[in-house]
Amino acid sequence: MVLTRTATESNENVCSTFGSRYVRTVLPKYEIGENSIPKEAAYQIIKDELMLDGNPRLNLASFVTTWMEPECDKLIMDSINKNYVDMDEYPVTTELQNRCVNMIARLFNAPLGETETAVGVGTVGSSEAIMLAGLAFKRNWQNKRKEEGKPYDKPNIVTGANVQVCWEKFARYFEVELKEVKLSEGYYVMDPDKAAEMVDENTICVAAILGSTLNGEFEDVKRLNDLLVKKNAETGWDTPIHVDAASGGFIAPFIYPELEWDFRLPLVKSINVSGHKYGLVYAGIGWVVWRTQTDLPDELIFHINYLGADQPTFTLNFSKGSSQIIAQYYQLIRLGFEGYKNVMENCRENMVVLKEGIEKTERFNIVSKDEGVPLVAFSLKDHSFHNEFEISEMLRRFGWIVPAYTMPADAQHITVLRVVIREDFSRTLAERLVADIVKVLHELDTLPSKISRKMGTEGLLGDGKAKKVEREVLMEVIVGWRKFVKDRKKMNGVC
Amino acid sequence: MVLSHAVSESDVSVHSTFASRYVRTSLPRFKMPENSIPKEAAYQIINDELMLDGNPRLNLASFVTTWMEPECDKLIMSSINKNYVDMDEYPVTTELQNRCVNMIAHLFNAPLGETETAVGVGTVGSSEAIMLAGLAFKRKWQNKRKAEGKPVDKPNIVTGANVQVCWEKFARYFEVELKEVKLSEGYYVMDPEKAVEMVDENTICVAAILGSTLNGEFEDVKLLNDLLVEKNKETGWDTPIHVDAASGGFIAPFLYPELEWDFRLPLVKSINVSGHKYGLVYAGIGWVIWRNKEDLPEELIFHINYLGADQPTFTLNFSKGSSQVIAQYYQLIRLGYEGYRNVMENCRENMIVLRQGLEKTERFNIVSKDEGVPLVAFSLKDSSSHTEFEVSDMLRRYGWIVPAYTMPPNAQHITVLRVVIREDFSRTLAERLVIDIEKVMFELDELPSRVMHKISLGEEKSEANSDNLMVTVKKSDMDKQREIIKGWKKFVSDRKKTSGIC
Repeated sequence: MVLTRTATESNENVCSTFGSRYVRTVLPKYEIGENSIPKEAAYQIIKDELMLDGNPRLNLASFVTTWMEPECDKLIMDSINKNYVDMDEYPVTTELQNRCVNMIARLFNAPLGETETAVGVGTVGSSEAIMLAGLAFKRNWQNKRKEEGKPYDKPNIVTGANVQVCWEKFARYFEVELKEVKLSEGYYVMDPDKAAEMVDENTICVAAILGSTLNGEFEDVKRLNDLLVKKNAETGWDTPIHVDAASGGFIAPFIYPELEWDFRLPLVKSINVSGHKYGLVYAGIGWVVWRTQTDLPDELIFHINYLGADQPTFTLNFSKGSSQIIAQYYQLIRLGFEGYKNVMENCRENMVVLKEGIEKTERFNIVSKDEGVPLVAFSLKDHSFHNEFEISEMLRRFGWIVPAYTMPADAQHITVLRVVIREDFSRTLAERLVADIVKVLHELDTLPSKISRKMGTEGLLGDGKAKKVEREVLMEVIVGWRKFVKDRKKMNGVC
Repeated sequence: MVLSHAVSESDVSVHSTFASRYVRTSLPRFKMPENSIPKEAAYQIINDELMLDGNPRLNLASFVTTWMEPECDKLIMSSINKNYVDMDEYPVTTELQNRCVNMIAHLFNAPLGETETAVGVGTVGSSEAIMLAGLAFKRKWQNKRKAEGKPVDKPNIVTGANVQVCWEKFARYFEVELKEVKLSEGYYVMDPEKAVEMVDENTICVAAILGSTLNGEFEDVKLLNDLLVEKNKETGWDTPIHVDAASGGFIAPFLYPELEWDFRLPLVKSINVSGHKYGLVYAGIGWVIWRNKEDLPEELIFHINYLGADQPTFTLNFSKGSSQVIAQYYQLIRLGYEGYRNVMENCRENMIVLRQGLEKTERFNIVSKDEGVPLVAFSLKDSSSHTEFEVSDMLRRYGWIVPAYTMPPNAQHITVLRVVIREDFSRTLAERLVIDIEKVMFELDELPSRVMHKISLGEEKSEANSDNLMVTVKKSDMDKQREIIKGWKKFVSDRKKTSGIC
């Protein structure tokens, strides 16, 4: 039986959003609420909480795109309800993905004929792309070893210690040993000579990074290729190369076209690139391309038939949105070669402006190189009073998010601050950032140091005062060290 | 030296979109174009090509949500540039994910204390969720076997043959053997007894599906649990259960709360659900929940520190958009229990309307059950003259996308059409669909059949008539042969389509 309710109170829908009772009640956090709430209230409550998130465009830690043209936003919204995997229902969207794969493969000089289709796929990001590429290498290597009648239970992969966390994930989840080439002070990428030395018969591939996340440097893929060609000729192991061009893949072809790092080198069998970094698309799109059909073992591919034509699929994710693929195609045809070149040249210009501004303060060493991903990595010349973590924290008060990291083994004593120059980081912002860094340095100079060495001098000021100051300084030291140690652990989260 | 350009022709940007030269040139397909084009032209060209895609809301093949409220669309657009993995920079978004995990864990009756945090994570979909769950089972089993000093090289997983393709992917990519319980005519889900029989010492888990993609049926997880408890007692193998509740996870708690399928059963160690199916969010979000910490081996988790608090992460994807997580949270607080229940009850109502409409035509057998995912799977009573594939083809002309599939082994001779009732499939649309199906049946009745044995009938008929029919018989013979070849080619390639069931 339905009991009718007389409307004695004014209807809830009449209340203005902030006048309704929903902004007064505790929002459900651990359990689903019993009742529904009006959509305006739900929208406002969530929007308000999200105001406390950082501003994506001031997030100078991330390589991932944070701005796109309004026309592209429109395309994204229109396709937000298209499930990408329904290839039969959305044939044009599938076609757009294929076109992107072909364009990117040719951008990387894949050895394809005029109308030959490229082998590759769109993914949710470079993590998935790397896992697919790794899986292909692992399976190829296993098949080869089985044919030779040799054991295949101990595959390994050789990379630099500067490698991004997704390689460690790949190694751990797919049971491949990770052999890392350690870094050293002043040399923050994988040394090709040491890498070639570490290769053995169980190596499924050597992974080189074009655009290290730590300082943006491009690894010398050509040298690696030449050394490996020699070693392969001696050993007969036929070890291939994978290039992790997550950042560099959309930079090198436009501003360093003479740099040989892609399929022009014969041992490079697959390349991954993040569409959502310098491909200039929002988060959620990556690409992996293989040199030829043979580099992708057929047994890993699942076949789905699409109106008579065979559509092979090889991804970890199944259902996902179509928006980013359409956005990537938009960027490729909207910008074209000249457009991407202009954007990258602007980024490089602004990087130089920022670097010069920082050098002028005479307080920093510049750790990053000019050639590579447009970013500026810098560390303090004088660590005795303050460290980079404090600078990072103080910059946050101005609104900037500039991360501070320690280098991986064997250069853990080096801490750097890193600013990534994205498409939407204009010269005005670069100059403003320099001004704010100068302000921060000025403030830090007036603050007492947080290191225990200073405790000695301040204790002389008088016993009572000294005890209090001592305790405060002790507290600061404890807090500082705790944070220092925790932030060191942050290394795993380098992106 | 810069050469200045005398403006002799009107500037390109002045032209209206369809008057500019960009709509006249061939769009690059294989290689990146050399030059840029204006953004309006780019937008228009892509928009126009996409018009030829199917209409998502008329796509009755998919379980995935195709409509959300405008307020939610606004939230989605404003968070489209937030990279979810930057937990340090977007702490509130991370917090929202954690709240969703907790809410869903409680929905599945995870044995948690009042303020104990649930163990789970948001993923890009059930595929990733299942791979993570499978990885956890594999690693736990390996650790247990290593501790016992037994071999760890042949793990296997027991599922029904009705399993979705992502389980096959998991098996192939992570090198686990897939032991499938075959179906039989009339029984299209995994038989718990047969499943338990197939369990051996190398089984890392048994996967039950709540909401089979073929006919929407819920598998009897309780029976599976009880049988497995008995077997575990005898063998001491401690084989756990994973429930693939991709569709059913957001249906059963609201429509069938007394049905025991979740963590109330002791052997269920992890559950995955698709936020983008009946979680009512756009494509790109799934959830996997573990019973408790022990079910997720610590060595698989990577630790990232977030302003002093430890943030563990265990996903295959790293960078991805935040929009769907926020949209899921929006739905959970906006609808609440009563909202989800209302939506599911509406879906079930409309499913019954559709089913009754189809039954009234007296041409179809209904293969799906009333209890389960709200969908209607039906096959022709008489498939001698026409097949379900033809019905599916003809419905497309009216705008409806209704897929036809053959069942997996051992019921490959059964073909079904399937209509999924989503939130935005109203009663009006259900009634319209019935009318259009009736129209299609009428048209099909008029068309000549495409099946081989009809030819012989035709030949017999013409032989009995006068000579001038001989020529026509020969012509239509060739036509018919062509049609058969086409029909068979399509039939065979559509059969392969079962790999693509979503």
